[in-house]
Amino acid sequence: MDNRRSVPDILAGAIFAGIGLAFVVASLGYELGTPLRMGPGYFPLVVGGILVLLGLGIVVKGLVAGEAIEWGPVPWRSMLLIVVALVFFGLTLRRAGFLPAVFVTALLTAFASYRIKPVTAVMVAAGLTGMSILIFIVGLQLRLPLFGPWLTF
Amino acid sequence: MLDNLALGLETAFQLENVLYCLLGVVLGTAVGVLPGIGPTATIAMLLPITFSLEPIPALIMLAGIYYGAQYGGSTTAILINLPGESSAAVTAIDGHEMARQGRAGPALAAAALGSFFAGTVATVVLAVFAPPLARAALEFGSAEYFSLVVLGLIASIALARGSALKALAMIALGVLLGTVGQDIYTGTPRFTLGARELFGGLDFVSVAVGVFGVAEILRNLENETTRSAFVERVKNLWPSRDDFRRIVGPVVRGTGLGSLLGVLPGGGHVLASFASYSVEKRLSSTPERFGHGAIEGVAAPESANNAAAQTSFIPLLTLGLPAHPVMALMIGAFIVQGITPGPNVINEQPALFWGLIASMWIGNLLLVLLNLPLIGLWVRMLAIPYQWLFPAIVVFAAIGTYSLSFNSFDVYAVAVFGVLGYALIKCGCEPAPLLLGFVLGPLLEEHLRRALIISRGDASVFFTRPISAVLLALAVGALVVSVLPAIRRKREEVFVDDD
Repeated sequence: MDNRRSVPDILAGAIFAGIGLAFVVASLGYELGTPLRMGPGYFPLVVGGILVLLGLGIVVKGLVAGEAIEWGPVPWRSMLLIVVALVFFGLTLRRAGFLPAVFVTALLTAFASYRIKPVTAVMVAAGLTGMSILIFIVGLQLRLPLFGPWLTF
Repeated sequence: MLDNLALGLETAFQLENVLYCLLGVVLGTAVGVLPGIGPTATIAMLLPITFSLEPIPALIMLAGIYYGAQYGGSTTAILINLPGESSAAVTAIDGHEMARQGRAGPALAAAALGSFFAGTVATVVLAVFAPPLARAALEFGSAEYFSLVVLGLIASIALARGSALKALAMIALGVLLGTVGQDIYTGTPRFTLGARELFGGLDFVSVAVGVFGVAEILRNLENETTRSAFVERVKNLWPSRDDFRRIVGPVVRGTGLGSLLGVLPGGGHVLASFASYSVEKRLSSTPERFGHGAIEGVAAPESANNAAAQTSFIPLLTLGLPAHPVMALMIGAFIVQGITPGPNVINEQPALFWGLIASMWIGNLLLVLLNLPLIGLWVRMLAIPYQWLFPAIVVFAAIGTYSLSFNSFDVYAVAVFGVLGYALIKCGCEPAPLLLGFVLGPLLEEHLRRALIISRGDASVFFTRPISAVLLALAVGALVVSVLPAIRRKREEVFVDDD
């Protein structure tokens, strides 16, 4: 650990301070009360304040004596695809039904890998859909229709 | 105590419970073997499913996953130098060296037998120490509970690796996230951003699956490598007489150290395996053999982490406090079943309490019987490419989280916490303190407020009540230890060791 600036430290500190500040500001909108009878805002205000201080502390430490952290690549495409897959799942499960929702979610997720071939991805998605139906619908009796109102006539 | 153990064995030996125990340890071994999936994510995913089970088999199965994973992690550490679990990292040093010398069999056997011995002893430790602790905990008031939670949170930093400042911030963030939802005393909805779904608070499973499942997947997708699944055939499983003579001491010492450290909050089992390795190396008359295939270097950490895995149930079952994220998930499992974990469990649910303890011993036995003959099978699982595996994690996580309350909101929360968790991990923050803070935060607030109401706003109550004062003093001590640079360096040494 040599004395130097560390971007990850500064970033982490900024995230902490930012979230802490958001909670502090929001807490002020609730009744604070007194230490004897704390209102809903009291405790989050204090903890939020602590988080802001810790975050600033991490930023300062990152400026003067940061931790050496190996950064490495960020898989932006994978992140986007997995988020989209989860949102898609949440949006369509009820409407399109279990089978299509799971299949598309699995397919989108599979493409989050940079190395997967399209054919393999489709096979993985199909296999996963079958397994999910067996485990959750047949095995655990989850009450979800295989095909939802969008696909049944 | 014998009556109790008899009740426990009777419960645990019911066919249904044995089957779920078996299922748990098999699943646990599988996720322990596979790098990239840990017990935390697995248990989080399976938590919603256990809803449909009876409490006893559900908890037996989840516990099985946890200690099964400790076993599985060591198998890959030895055979292909890929610790499936962080606690097996130190096992890889000498274990893999032994495998390269063609002594994989004895290494695996030493790990399995050491773990079994440790598991057996730790089960007894649990049976002996849990009841008196639970009785003591029944006397605890809000002030004591508050101080206890503070101690638990702070101690988890002292024992974890990495920056103490960041770990503290992660705890604070977790506590804040725990305040989302209706205020317990006034019913005011807090930080809900107008979303009805947030009135009941953020779902614990969403946070856990996001931070430990999705974030971990993103981490693995940074550098996709093809795993070398080539493993030599394992022959000559049985250790020689000389091996046995060498491992007796390390196994016993590892078990003792592990049992002790496992009770402490934070990554007790990880620390236990590292610490016992250092101890054996220091005690050995031939320390130069360590790092070059010393069987003691496999037996000691494996015994230690298994013992610690077992005794980490003590704070959960007696105080209702989780020692680490997996135990936090176990709290979730208790709550899903309508049971409040804590000192009352032992009296109100004796069959569950003792059954769970007895099942751990059975589970350890099953692991030895299963794993030694089936090592070939586990190794073959490594041939499954990660591209097939991670979509399964995401899909099962989505279905599992959704089925918890049939609400899409919980699935979106998984995505949010996956990205946030990934960003924080990338910046060098360990995710475990966040989850502990999230689980313990509401307890912290409840007891703080209640203690102050009872004492009429007099904050000195935390220092004048003796137990509370001692707990807080210990917390301050733990904080000092984790922040002081000199001691920190010493701590890093334990973790790094020389390899």
